[in-house]
Amino acid sequence: MSPTSAPAGPHIIGLRCRECGRGYPAEALHVCEFCFGPLEVDYDYEAITAAISREKIAAGPPTIWRYADLLPAGSPGAVTSSGGASAPGAPVDLGAGFTPLVRADRLASELGLGELWLKNDTLNPTGSFKDRVVSVALTRARELGFKLAACASTGNLANSVAAHAARAGMDSVVFIPHDLEPAKVVTTAVYGGKLIAVDGTYDDVNRLCSELTADHPTWAFVNVNVRPYYSEGSKTLAYEVAEQLGWEVPDHVVVPVASGSQLVKVQKGFAELHRVGLLAEEPQVRISGAQATGCSPVATAFAEGTDHVRPQKPRTIAKSLAIGNPADGWYALDVVRSTGGAVGSVTDDEIVEGIRLLARTEGIFAETAGGVTIATLANLARQGVVRADERVVAYITGLGLKTIDAVSPHVGPTATIAPTIEAFNQAAEVDS
Amino acid sequence: MSVSVRVPTQLRNLTGGEGQISVEAATVGEALKALDAAHPGVGERIFDESGGLRRFVNVFVADEDVRFQQGLDTVVQEGQTISIVPAVAGG
Repeated sequence: MSPTSAPAGPHIIGLRCRECGRGYPAEALHVCEFCFGPLEVDYDYEAITAAISREKIAAGPPTIWRYADLLPAGSPGAVTSSGGASAPGAPVDLGAGFTPLVRADRLASELGLGELWLKNDTLNPTGSFKDRVVSVALTRARELGFKLAACASTGNLANSVAAHAARAGMDSVVFIPHDLEPAKVVTTAVYGGKLIAVDGTYDDVNRLCSELTADHPTWAFVNVNVRPYYSEGSKTLAYEVAEQLGWEVPDHVVVPVASGSQLVKVQKGFAELHRVGLLAEEPQVRISGAQATGCSPVATAFAEGTDHVRPQKPRTIAKSLAIGNPADGWYALDVVRSTGGAVGSVTDDEIVEGIRLLARTEGIFAETAGGVTIATLANLARQGVVRADERVVAYITGLGLKTIDAVSPHVGPTATIAPTIEAFNQAAEVDS
Repeated sequence: MSVSVRVPTQLRNLTGGEGQISVEAATVGEALKALDAAHPGVGERIFDESGGLRRFVNVFVADEDVRFQQGLDTVVQEGQTISIVPAVAGG
């Protein structure tokens, strides 16, 4: 038997199928038995509305757990600013979230945009937004009695699961494609859990993990059997942006798309703030997605005007976005179309240029997914989809040190010289 | 020919708890219909109204997604394994 006897979180009613609406208990379940639709957390929004306030959030810790009332795990009363407490209901917490939202005037000027902000999620504990979802997933997994955390990963999730499991004193088993960037392998293995490299693509790894979930019911696969809780962590990307803008929302956000889950949850996050009374007016946020051309099933469906997201075999340097069969692709398309956004895609060369442009103009070194976001933002700005009269937020979701191979052929020392003043002056041609 | 179908947890209440079922079939579609005949109820869970696979159902033959092959018309070989796998997100 899987460990599933824990009580639901304070504001959870249960799980509900997004497709057919059938209800399920708040256990480690992710798929509807009747239509195979994804299960989502069903909240008691009246209770949340009564419990939450801007003041309460402001008094909370500088992490995602300041929004504990809107998350499907942890006990809001157990969340402290010290983080990582072992009291009942305390989150599995390395300090994820509440990352800087920085105004990017120099980049805006290069792109012909007006008010541009960057959500700098490179500054999470393991260097990507995955710390948000994993902190929620492992908190819920621990509440449900699991002792082992597992995942299929393109790298960022691997880092985060291994680190958070170590923090929680849980074992971990992480599955990755064999050809992942070396930095992502090292920054997972260092935490001491099991790391299994699979001879295949991420989609192969994901399929394997889906099947293993049935054989290992005592394992919490964060993006399989505890996925309904896990994916909710991405809502904090919207909550924080609204709070950091003084409880206002942007006009347009640009979000990288892998499975599509993050984009969908960003929209849900903005909508929930209104639903629970934290925003007076219903937010009208245009949401656009960014993919690499070498793995662009959602961008292709958007361009072709279809609802059908055809799977692809990924061939791109943006490995963290290399999901050829995106489970939430259809939902992401729906969000983009209904909010008046777009989904663009960019080549590997454009991705590298995007990384360098962001670093050169704003001092932020992003991994390839950030290059995808910035290069897509540039294209959408040129096409007039993202406009100069809009307040725009671009989500930079991972740290450049993880994918240093992508840019190392393109940057290096300006000169290599003898340790003399003459050599320096000759090489640098400095003004006196 | 005889092929083996791996059944996900979500369908095992229809197969008496069995996770691996042998059926006689020449294509993926035939194999899944044979599974439904042997264990009524499987079909309505995995097929939509038009007879295609539901959006969140992935089917693999020898670990390859049938959507990269000929879908339900994909020919199966003696002894091959067909896997029914719910779609899940990741990253």
